[in-house]
Amino acid sequence: MIIIGERINGMFRDIAKAIREKDPKPVQEWAQKQEAMGAGYLDLNVGPAVPERVPAMKWLVEVAQEASKLPLCLDSTDYDAIEAGLEVCKQPAMINSVPAIADKMDRVFTLAQKFDAEVIGLAMSEEGIPKDAESRVALSMELVANCDAYGVPVDRLYIDPLVLPANVGQDHGPEVFETLRQIKLLSDPPPKTTVGLSNISQGTKNRELLNRTFAVMAMACGLDSAIADACDEELVAAVATARVILNMDIYCDSYVDVFRNQNL
Amino acid sequence: MAVEILKEKYRSSVREVVLGATKEEGGTRAHTIKVGGETALPFLHFEGKIPNRPVVAMEVLDMAPEDWPPSVKSFFEDVYNDPAAWAKKCVDEYGADMIALRFKSADPDLKNASAEDCVATLKKVLEAVGVPLIIYGCGKTEKDNEIIGPLAEAGEGENLLLGVAEQENFKPVASAAMAYKHSVIAQSPIDINIAKQLNILISELSTPLLERIVIDPTIAALGYGIEYSYSIMERARFGALNGDRMLAMPMIGNVSQEVWSKKEAFLEEGEPTWGDQAERSLAWEAATSMALLQAGMDILVMRNPESVKIVKKQIDDLMQDNSY
Repeated sequence: MIIIGERINGMFRDIAKAIREKDPKPVQEWAQKQEAMGAGYLDLNVGPAVPERVPAMKWLVEVAQEASKLPLCLDSTDYDAIEAGLEVCKQPAMINSVPAIADKMDRVFTLAQKFDAEVIGLAMSEEGIPKDAESRVALSMELVANCDAYGVPVDRLYIDPLVLPANVGQDHGPEVFETLRQIKLLSDPPPKTTVGLSNISQGTKNRELLNRTFAVMAMACGLDSAIADACDEELVAAVATARVILNMDIYCDSYVDVFRNQNL
Repeated sequence: MAVEILKEKYRSSVREVVLGATKEEGGTRAHTIKVGGETALPFLHFEGKIPNRPVVAMEVLDMAPEDWPPSVKSFFEDVYNDPAAWAKKCVDEYGADMIALRFKSADPDLKNASAEDCVATLKKVLEAVGVPLIIYGCGKTEKDNEIIGPLAEAGEGENLLLGVAEQENFKPVASAAMAYKHSVIAQSPIDINIAKQLNILISELSTPLLERIVIDPTIAALGYGIEYSYSIMERARFGALNGDRMLAMPMIGNVSQEVWSKKEAFLEEGEPTWGDQAERSLAWEAATSMALLQAGMDILVMRNPESVKIVKKQIDDLMQDNSY
C-alpha cells in the first residue's frame, strides 16, 4: 500500500498559517518528513486557509516540489485550483478527486489526459455515498468507462470506495472490502484503489489502532494506496508487515526499516 | 489486424557495478568491467536493456592445487607454481575477463602463508594482468579475517572485488572495502532473506558501499540442487526489477568450486555410462554455468578453459539483440 501523506492540508493550523503568510518552511518540513517516513505521494490541500484557492494551490505545489522529489496529489474540489497546480508540477501528479458525476468527470479526465495525471475517483454520485458494495461497484464502473473514454489509461485511475467512520457507519466496512475486491475485476488492467484511511476512525477514541487494522484488512482485499498519516510509525510498520505477508516484498529481518527507508 | 505483443514492464533495474580501476581512476587496470544494469530478465532484450554482458572470471590459486584432475591440470601445469604467469595465461590464452585469485596457501592446514606472502602474490598478479581482480581467502574465516585487511590495503585504488562477506562475518571484508574503496561480495547460503538482510547490514555500515555490492547467492552444481539456486536468483532478480533496492545487485557464482568438488566432474572412473572424464567435466561446468546465466548470473567464476570457451560463445549468442 502506497501512503499518500495527508499532512500538508490547510485544515491543520500550521499549514493554514503558512499558506496565509506565504511561509514555505512548515510545508517543506512536512514534505521532507513524510518522504523520510515512507510516503509515496504528498497530498496538498489548501483547505479553508484562504479564499483564493487557485494561487494558494499553485504556491503549495511550487514550495512542496522544491523540498521533495515525491509526486504530488492535488486535493481540492475546486478544479481551477487543481489545474493551476498541474500547470506548475514538474512531474505527473495525481488529482484528488472526482465523483461519478458527468460534468465533473468531463472536467477532471480532460485535465488528466492533458497533464498525464493520475486520478482518484470517488464511488459516489449526486445521490451521495451508496450503502452497499453493488452500487459502489456500479459507480466504479462508470468511473472506469469515463476514464477510458477520455484516453486516460485505466491503471492511472485510483478508485476510492469511500469509508465511513466505524462508530457511525459500521455496516459499511464489509461493503468497502467487497467493493475493493470487485473493482479489481472491472477491467484488464484493473484500476487501482485508494481510501481516505482516517475516515474509518473519525470521532472514535483509539484512532490509530482502527486506522492500521483497517489498512491491513483492506490490503488483503486489494487496496493499493491510502491517504494517511505517514508519520504514524505503527501504521507504517503494519503496512510493511502486510506487504510481506501478501508476498509483495521479500522478507528479511529488517523489512520494516527497508519499507520505511524506501525513499532514501 | 495487428497483433499486440505483450511485453513485461518493470519499474526498476539492477544496479550497475564497476569493477577495477584504471590509472585515471587511481588504479592500474588496463580497463574496468561493468556488470549489472539490467532492466529486464536475462537476455530478454525485447523487454528492456541488458547493457552489460555477463563476464567470466577464471580461477587462479596462489599455490599448486593438489586435487585437480589431470584433464584440467594439463592446461595450467606449466604455470602452477607461479600465480602471476597463471593469471596471465588465463587472460592471454583463455580469454578470461577477470581473474579470481584464491589465497589457498593461507590455509593454516596447508602452508599457513602470512599476510605479507599473500600481499606479495597479489602485487605480482596485479602487475602481470590488466583485468580487474576478484580476491578470495582460503575459506577459513579466522585466517581470512587476518589477511583481508593487508590485501585490501595493498590493492588500494584498484577497486578489487573482495570476497566474502557473510551474515555472521561481514565486518572485516566490508570494512576493508570501505576503507580502501573496493567492491564486496555478499554471500548468503541459498537464502534470499539472508541475502537481503546482509545487504542491509553492509549498507548500514557504509551507505556508499551499497553501490558496490555483488551478491553471491551460493550456487549449486548441476545435479546438486541447481534448481534451488536458480529460483533464489530468479526471485532476487524479480525483486530487483520491481524496486527492491536491497536485492538490486549483480550476482556472482562460484561455479568452479561447486562443480569440481562433485564426483561427476572429477572421477576418472565413474559409472560405465558416464563416459570420458575430460569431456564430462567440461560439459558439467559449462552446463552449470549456462543454466545460471539464464537465472541472471553476471559473473561466473570458472576453471576449465574449454568450458570457458563454450560459455563465452554462449554469452556472445545470448547478447545478440533480440528486440522487436
